[in-house]
Amino acid sequence: MSDPMQEIRASFFIECDELLEALLDGLEAMSNGGGDGETVNVVFRAVHSIKGGAGAFGLDQLVEFAHAFESAMDAVRAGQIVVDDHHIALFFQGGDTLADLVRHSREGTELDPSSYAELRAKLDAMSAEVADAPSAPSADPAGDGFAPIALDFDFGPDPERRVLITFAPDTELYQSGNEPRLILRALNALGTAEITWSLTENTSLEQMDPEAPYLAWEITLQTASQISKIEEVFEFVDGICHYQITEIDGTDHEDPASSVTLGPESVDDTPPPVVKQTAPTAIQAPAPAPNAQKSTVRVDLDRIDRLVNLVGELVINQSMLSQSVVEAGVASHTAVASGLEEFLQLTRDIQDSVMMIRAQPVKSLFQRMGRIVREASADVGKSVRLDVIGEHTEIDKTVIERLADPLTHMIRNSIDHGIESSEQRRASGKDETGVVTLSASHRSGRVLIEVSDDGGGINREKVREIAEKKGLVSPDQVLSDAETDGLLFLPGFSTADQVSNLSGRGVGMDVVKSSIASLGGRISIASTPGHGTKLSISLPLTLAVLDGMVIRSETETLVVPLGAISETLTLRREDIRPYGPDAQLLRVRDTLVPLMDLAAQLGYRPPLKDFEGSIGLLIGLEDGTQAALVVDAIEDQRQVVIKGLEQSYGSVPGIAAATILGDGQIALILDPGDLIHRAAKQTPPATPTPLEGAA
Amino acid sequence: MNVLAVDDSRTMRDMIRVTLDQAGIQTHLAEDGVHGLEVLEGIEPDAIITDLNMPRLDGFGFIQAVRSQSDRGTIPILVLTTESAADLKSRARDAGATGWIVKPFDPDKLVRALQMVAG
Repeated sequence: MSDPMQEIRASFFIECDELLEALLDGLEAMSNGGGDGETVNVVFRAVHSIKGGAGAFGLDQLVEFAHAFESAMDAVRAGQIVVDDHHIALFFQGGDTLADLVRHSREGTELDPSSYAELRAKLDAMSAEVADAPSAPSADPAGDGFAPIALDFDFGPDPERRVLITFAPDTELYQSGNEPRLILRALNALGTAEITWSLTENTSLEQMDPEAPYLAWEITLQTASQISKIEEVFEFVDGICHYQITEIDGTDHEDPASSVTLGPESVDDTPPPVVKQTAPTAIQAPAPAPNAQKSTVRVDLDRIDRLVNLVGELVINQSMLSQSVVEAGVASHTAVASGLEEFLQLTRDIQDSVMMIRAQPVKSLFQRMGRIVREASADVGKSVRLDVIGEHTEIDKTVIERLADPLTHMIRNSIDHGIESSEQRRASGKDETGVVTLSASHRSGRVLIEVSDDGGGINREKVREIAEKKGLVSPDQVLSDAETDGLLFLPGFSTADQVSNLSGRGVGMDVVKSSIASLGGRISIASTPGHGTKLSISLPLTLAVLDGMVIRSETETLVVPLGAISETLTLRREDIRPYGPDAQLLRVRDTLVPLMDLAAQLGYRPPLKDFEGSIGLLIGLEDGTQAALVVDAIEDQRQVVIKGLEQSYGSVPGIAAATILGDGQIALILDPGDLIHRAAKQTPPATPTPLEGAA
Repeated sequence: MNVLAVDDSRTMRDMIRVTLDQAGIQTHLAEDGVHGLEVLEGIEPDAIITDLNMPRLDGFGFIQAVRSQSDRGTIPILVLTTESAADLKSRARDAGATGWIVKPFDPDKLVRALQMVAG
């Protein structure tokens, strides 16, 4: 990224995201009746800035739509249009389309213009109203702000021509900061200028008005440039001076000695038209006054990651130091020990603070959900509003990015299945407009995100019926309400025949659950018939540390993510049954789960036949698969700093990452899901088997 | 040369900075009219480039404020805006703008215009 334009382009798209956020905020305020002039201006400016930047990068499609949107907003700004709900809805759609176009522009693809043609036409119609109005201020419907930049085609030297130019500034020319000297110089740069000056008025020095213009010039220019080039020199002073450009026929060369011929530098010999202000000297400018408004710094994510990594090292170093101090037999009341205790505290604080640098408010994510609600409710023809709580809650940036898909799906589900039709809602005495509430909050070191709706709640009979039909539960199984609700998360529960087009996009709640799990999160569901459903997601604040169980397998120390372990067991010979020539099953209460010899799986030693006395870690995967991982011993349970391996080793089967333990030892962090799925492929079939006859 | 550029769009500020850097022109940046006046207190630019539509203090107000300063009243000020409609140009000129550049700007043209107004 050394090309500055590439960097600016990248930062333009970041700015677009911020502008789109401001735009939606503004529209939100307008829709709640709080749209004062400045709010409208903010929305206008956001669209305007996107257009401006897009123009600079030649993103024509984006420019074109932004222009239409901007013109419509301009109509509102000018007070030509009184905004009603219909307009607001249109602007929200405009914001959504603008976001789409920004995304396409970023990816270098084109959005099908027919997808927003209708919206475009409506926006155009709004600005057309204003253009027709007599007092239209600055509506620019013809888009002349976007006249292509005139290209200077250079077809070799033009035949030389002689041009006579007269030039007499008005007072305004001086007042606007223009300089006749520079205009003369610019003319001279086009060829060879013969310049004569004269006083327009014969006044004595005492009677001169210091602000009035007294000078005029006559320039004979020998040039190969087009007349338009000469006119360009006068572009800024057109209307605040008298000037005339006349081409002199013939090419006879007059003796230049009769008038003053000026070289590029000698223009300065012309009497200065105004007393020049203090010449800019080469003084070093002091730092610009600090802008009190700004309280943020933009930092490259790589740098933060590096800092996170270093702090990880610091944590490790600190615990190694503590361990060696303990081993050296230093008493706990000594200065060394208490200093170390302080060091430990500081290290933890630093670690927490650094982790928070990566944190971002969930606002941008929540705003995207506003769009999902608008679209989804329109698709199913229900009236639904999104309420947002705690949008300033912060979570790790990576977590935010990876939450978008599951949240989208959950909200679509709420609108599709949760919220009832307007008629049903009326019949049950509810407001016709359903409400989906999205909330975020910090709770005991984790982030809680909830999606709730005020719909009809889960139809448990229906759920039960479907689950039985699909063989997920047996007809005589007794399930609590919570267990019934939990069936929704089972793989294979949701299929195309029982979900509408909207939420049934080939994924069910099981996929939502597993994507939340991949973020180290948990999801739960609660529902009250007639009053609605609430889905709660609990997430870790960061992905950089992990709660792990430190285990030993042969001579190796390994870490298993704590979240994957549902139970630890001491293995007894009588609970283990052979299954085929190589495999064994472990009896865990009323089920049999495949037993996986970790050391053999990882190639530390040949497979064992007898596991008596070993430790079994019961692993429950999100897809319902279970397995017991055999390890030699459990050593510790602790938070570990995750160190990626992929950069150095690529993807290693069964291994998620590595960490450094307190004693400086490197330990691999296992990926139980990957291990189990790989083992299952080697020894089919290894799915949990219900044990018949067991109560 | 030494130029102050005032624009509320970060992208536009970056573009101006890179364009002027390449032309060997030193650039100071500000985010709106108020910030522009603050920055101006510490520097003596040869020219100012300003956007028109900005929060807090827009381009018109900013130009007027600069023009009213006795020691800096004649600094050349270029207006940089996508709005090329004639009435905006005349409003900008009434406020005291020296010239204007239409966004998206041609880098060479921006530099030429600066040389045109500030030498």
